[in-house]
Amino acid sequence: MDIPYNVEPRPDTGLYNAKLGIWLFLASEVMLFGALFSSYVLLRTGAPAGTWHHGREFLNVPLATLNTIILIASSVTMVMSWASLKLNDFKKFRLYLGVTFLCGVGFLAIKAIEYSTKFHHGYFPKSNTFLAIYFTLTGLHVLHVIGGMIVNGYFAGPGAKMWRTEPERFTNRIEVAGLYWHFVDLVWIFLFPTLYLL
Amino acid sequence: MSASDAESIRKQTRAYIGVFFALMVLTVLTVAVSYFHMPVVLAVVVALAIASFKGSLVAAVFMHLSHERKVIYWVLILTVVFFIVLMAIPSLWQWNLRTVR
Repeated sequence: MDIPYNVEPRPDTGLYNAKLGIWLFLASEVMLFGALFSSYVLLRTGAPAGTWHHGREFLNVPLATLNTIILIASSVTMVMSWASLKLNDFKKFRLYLGVTFLCGVGFLAIKAIEYSTKFHHGYFPKSNTFLAIYFTLTGLHVLHVIGGMIVNGYFAGPGAKMWRTEPERFTNRIEVAGLYWHFVDLVWIFLFPTLYLL
Repeated sequence: MSASDAESIRKQTRAYIGVFFALMVLTVLTVAVSYFHMPVVLAVVVALAIASFKGSLVAAVFMHLSHERKVIYWVLILTVVFFIVLMAIPSLWQWNLRTVR
């Protein structure tokens, strides 16, 4: 049996099903990250005066700025890969999605350098409350980046064969993967100033 | 796909590139203002204002929220309501501390 409404819009929602599905999932993700952001605010405002450690004491702002630029660039290439499919240009699609994947690799490599430098200096989640919430938030975010890269890697590689049989369905899949990837970028846009700069 | 569809996609891709440069400038701005040593409250407000503006650009343009179906807006309105509740918890805790004392 075919899965219904994966190309044509469902009459009551006006959307193909996966699009509503990914937005409901992203809504639950807002709650997940929101709860942790709320915890961060609570821990920070509740800390006795003068005891809170600031990100600047431990973190590398230039590296994190570079990572912000990489992730934003990957969001652009992601949306361009979808637009390429809309314009029937499969080669460009593969190029853009490939670059998106490589940006993910770059982001993870820089994050690995950051983490290993901290471990090398003896900074662990147990060291202080700031580092505990820093590792929790960035660690969860890194897991999301890895998840997105698995999906993007699949669609740039073996999953792309759907383009030949069901091009519209495949284009929708890329849009949905893109919505997730932009969300991961969006979370980082808030993590970067709140953890590194404030 | 009709020629007008292709033209509208090309128009969108120009918007994507524009947003990319705007996000780059705003990223540099976020880092630059953090070196101004502003009072804490002002620094938080400025950093969150820039981050919110960047986030809105990503959501509106890359995630196509500027022209989306109603049902998605309803889902997001509900999400925002619950997000506000989550973010209000720390203030409730502070308020509780004050009333207990």
